[in-house]
Amino acid sequence: MNKAFSIKKRFLGMYKAANAGHVGCSLSVAEIITFVRFNWMNDNDEIILSKGHAAASIYSMLAEEGILSEDDIKTFYKNNTYLAAHPPVNKIKRVPFATGSLGHGLSIAAGLGLAQKLKKSDKKVFCITSDGEINEGSTWEAALFIAHHNLKNVVWLVDRNRLQGFGPTEDVMKLEPLDKKLEAFGFNVIIAEGHNFTSLEEAKNKALKSDIPTAIICNTTKGRSWKLYEGKLDSHYLPMKDDHYDVILAEVEIDYNTQISKL
Amino acid sequence: MRVEFADSMIKFADTHPQMVFITGDLGYMALEKVQHKFGGKFINAGVAEQNMVTVGAALAHEGFIPWLYSISPFVTLRPYEQIRNDACLHDLPVKLVGNGGGYGYGIMGATHHNIEDIGALRLLPNMRVYVPFTASDVEQSIEQMLADPHPNYLRLNQGAKIKYEVAPFSQWRKIKSGTKGTVVGTGPVVENICNLDIAADLEIWVVSIFPINNVPLELIESINATQKLVTIEEHSGECGLRETLSYHIMNHLHGPIKMLALSAGGYPSGKYGDQKFHQAENNLGGEGLHQQLQSFL
Repeated sequence: MNKAFSIKKRFLGMYKAANAGHVGCSLSVAEIITFVRFNWMNDNDEIILSKGHAAASIYSMLAEEGILSEDDIKTFYKNNTYLAAHPPVNKIKRVPFATGSLGHGLSIAAGLGLAQKLKKSDKKVFCITSDGEINEGSTWEAALFIAHHNLKNVVWLVDRNRLQGFGPTEDVMKLEPLDKKLEAFGFNVIIAEGHNFTSLEEAKNKALKSDIPTAIICNTTKGRSWKLYEGKLDSHYLPMKDDHYDVILAEVEIDYNTQISKL
Repeated sequence: MRVEFADSMIKFADTHPQMVFITGDLGYMALEKVQHKFGGKFINAGVAEQNMVTVGAALAHEGFIPWLYSISPFVTLRPYEQIRNDACLHDLPVKLVGNGGGYGYGIMGATHHNIEDIGALRLLPNMRVYVPFTASDVEQSIEQMLADPHPNYLRLNQGAKIKYEVAPFSQWRKIKSGTKGTVVGTGPVVENICNLDIAADLEIWVVSIFPINNVPLELIESINATQKLVTIEEHSGECGLRETLSYHIMNHLHGPIKMLALSAGGYPSGKYGDQKFHQAENNLGGEGLHQQLQSFL
């Protein structure tokens, strides 16, 4: 949780300095990214952030493991940076593909997973998608492909914050019952609390026992800890005001202390 | 060219073990031997071309050379953003293969035709488009594509059959000399001019790789000498050979040059037929082509 706090603190600072939106998207996915990178994947495994609009969260994760420097981080959103609002092409280790156009990531994971299967490599591929991008037909094409080829080395994590571009997912394009849909497609479906490390650990343990590819539906809240906009579309688009940074960090601290007290 | 394509895949599979063959659920009576040869590296990705292209890009990222096969529009236009983002922006050696470029699928109708593919793909970063002229070009173009570390598109069609000898596959080839006009074309449709009596006095060139660059001096000299340029393509002139050639020769022309641009305009009558029918409707073949050339020259 120390790493998660550090990652959140760093990307909040990035958004604040840039006066940029997408804060809520990163607050939604931060624990998932942190858990996958530091509690699950090996160094040579791949992590694909299909919801590229949460790029700051993965930049912060990369800084946490020393791939990006704090000086790199300071260039976020500025002219002449590699750290664009969505992950760039061919410039950063551990970001094999640029993302940002939704619905590509799961196919990237499918191809990387197939490649490992052909090479008889034990490398794993973790793909984090949003829930809104499940609207994309290509996501379902990839799901069919992963299940058909039984790519057990692919783990699909859905950041299920129930908000997409212009409204709640269930109002825009109903996804429920998402678990049943993914099960029907051939996935070992696990429901997890996406901000809770104990729940994510339990999901990991269930996934490791599966003989078929796993999809973890991580229930999350967009704008988690940004009480003013928590669970609201505003957290996707609006930048923080000057005093928000400290307030959000204080809430994150309360959140993590609560989790620690329950361990 | 499909037979030559399949034979080449089988031939190069031995020398290039990193090749993977992916079909978008097509290949009946054509790819069975390829399937047998590639074994576990032959994948039917189903009727899901967006996923197929990105899977191909990811395989290329991991050191494979994926060949992605379908009917031309389905492997080019349907997954266009996947081609741009995942293959081209990352400059990965993904090899797209489209059968039936132009009106190649004839009576199958407009959904199966592709008169926008060369233009659409040639403008993508790092992409090179290969357009074989004769059937024997296919193996040579595949050999060049294997040596090309960038994303490529191979446009297959019925190979041209002409009475003139054709040089080995390359971007620019002069088919024959002439003094009354200069013809530059791409793809097998050029045979429709080569086989006309009127062609006896024409200089004819074929261009087979896009984007074009470094137009041969000899070709520019021919255009300047004849002062009559004819372009022919089974493709839209917009973003096609007509436009790109004009740009590349513009600054090298002396004096007034007349130009006749023959290209695929779509479906003027709204009716369908075989490939020859559509070529004729667009003055790319038959009497219409003959008349256009005669009045121009």
